[in-house]
Amino acid sequence: MRTPIFLLVWLAIGAAVFGVSLAIGNDYIFFAGYVVLQYVVLSTAWNILGGYCGYVNFGSAAFFALGAYSTVAIYKLITENDFYRMPMPVLMLIGGLVSGLVGLGMGYLTLRLRGAFFAIATLALAVVLQTLIVNWDFVGGSRGAYIIRPEQIWPFGNYIRYLFLIMLLLAIGAITVARLIEHSRLGYGFATIRDDELAAEASGVPTLRLKLVATTISGALMGMAGAPFPYYIGYLQPSSTFGLDYAVNSIAMPLIGGTTSWVGPLIGALLLGSLQQIATVTISSAVNLLIVGFLLVTFVIIAPNGIVGLIHTYLQRKPEDFVGRRHVEADVPGQVP
Amino acid sequence: MIQGAMTEGAMTEGARAVAPDELLVVANLGKRFGGFVALENISLSVAAGDRLGLIGPNGSGKSTLVNCICGTLRNEFGSVRFGGQKLDGLDAHQRTHLGLARSFQLPRPFVSLTLADNIRIPLLYTVALRRGQHHTPREVEERCVDLLHGVGLGDKARRLPRDLTQVEMRKLELARAMASEPKLLIADEAMAGLTHSEIEDILALLVRLNEQGVTIILIEHIMSAVMSFSRRLVVLVSGRKIADGPPADVMRDPEVERAYLGQ
Repeated sequence: MRTPIFLLVWLAIGAAVFGVSLAIGNDYIFFAGYVVLQYVVLSTAWNILGGYCGYVNFGSAAFFALGAYSTVAIYKLITENDFYRMPMPVLMLIGGLVSGLVGLGMGYLTLRLRGAFFAIATLALAVVLQTLIVNWDFVGGSRGAYIIRPEQIWPFGNYIRYLFLIMLLLAIGAITVARLIEHSRLGYGFATIRDDELAAEASGVPTLRLKLVATTISGALMGMAGAPFPYYIGYLQPSSTFGLDYAVNSIAMPLIGGTTSWVGPLIGALLLGSLQQIATVTISSAVNLLIVGFLLVTFVIIAPNGIVGLIHTYLQRKPEDFVGRRHVEADVPGQVP
Repeated sequence: MIQGAMTEGAMTEGARAVAPDELLVVANLGKRFGGFVALENISLSVAAGDRLGLIGPNGSGKSTLVNCICGTLRNEFGSVRFGGQKLDGLDAHQRTHLGLARSFQLPRPFVSLTLADNIRIPLLYTVALRRGQHHTPREVEERCVDLLHGVGLGDKARRLPRDLTQVEMRKLELARAMASEPKLLIADEAMAGLTHSEIEDILALLVRLNEQGVTIILIEHIMSAVMSFSRRLVVLVSGRKIADGPPADVMRDPEVERAYLGQ
């Protein structure tokens, strides 16, 4: 399927989802749906670096938080003083830009690192950034920052509906970008980095440059997902924004869904995100990470290639017939890509 | 004519003017790993269209030399010129773009990609970029299948590397190296672990590539293969070049006999 058609199909699906959510008439759907969609973006973004290139990033929360705090900074700079509210898409672009630049910087600093060393470096980056934010009074420091969300916005009514729509469009944008990468020369290059960097270089692939592209795109998408978050949550504090939930979910969702295609993170995020929302309402939000842990262990043991891999095996079809041309999971049980 | 025991005269050779048909010129190359001297003052040149055999006992520095030429390792001393251009400081992929290709001692296929896609990588990242042309997906696909047919793997284009036998894996390595349309191919122990008939297969393939105009450096332990393939032989021992010349002459060199083949 060509990209414009793919995009149109998903926009139609998105319109249907938004329409059904409006028809239900309960705004809680938008609150819960926003979180699920936010995880679709985060897991898709993580997968561009972690799944396609095989570089495990434990610092997703930092990129997400940078997007959120760039919104807070702009709110404090402009909105509080002039009462001018910058349009959300612009805030998202700024958040994406900030996180993308930090992603690029992280790429430069960690170019020679691989495997566990790269993962530890990303974790360290998250800690460093959290420390900076905690000590930056302008954006609230450790006290946190309040963002006053408008009650209504024309023509959607409640502001949460608008935020939901924005996140829905970002999610569609993210999966379109992921699919576009997957089917392009860039995607082939990423796959060679995942499989064997030495052989990739010998085949003419500029691995260092491609890694920078991956860290930048991945970081930018995470930042864009974080930018509307202060308006969603109302009160932003470092401990929750840099929380373990974002880092763990961003990794667990693609692993559960399948890491080598754009479908995997989408399935993982929809499944795990929805389960968490249901558990939050019916049991407690405290069980969310328990659910993630349980599913992650189960999938690592039973289906190390995720749901997409499980479907491949079940259908007994040639992998290239299913999702893309080359999306064949490495057949090593328990292997982190 | 043997140019053996060359280290003394290496400086002179490295400094001399490059003949117009010399494709690769390595001059006074040195590489150390900590205190261990892996390569010392290596100088050699390879003419376009030549078939050079590079031999030496384990640990003699053959693979280190290849890695320094291909950019996987950085040489600390000396220089490497390819097609008249200095390669020092260039990354491995940039050297591939210039026309330098290699196969690995242990096959390193892209395990999650099909055979056709393994071949597709150098086509997309080297050939297309070098020519500055955009090829349609159908053209790329056809070229992939052609190259696989050339090494006898045409019917396995949609299979994964894990489905291949050892000799097929070696052929895939060579096909992938050839896909970048190199001027020089360095085959690093492309016949290790193969049976006699499989060795014949690979040798025939290498000879065919050479006849198509590709200069080949063959690094090998299997002496019968090296002797039948090479027009010129270079011997490394303990990081030093001890002989360089026609294979028959080199094998008669007392120093080679003593250091490499035993008393």
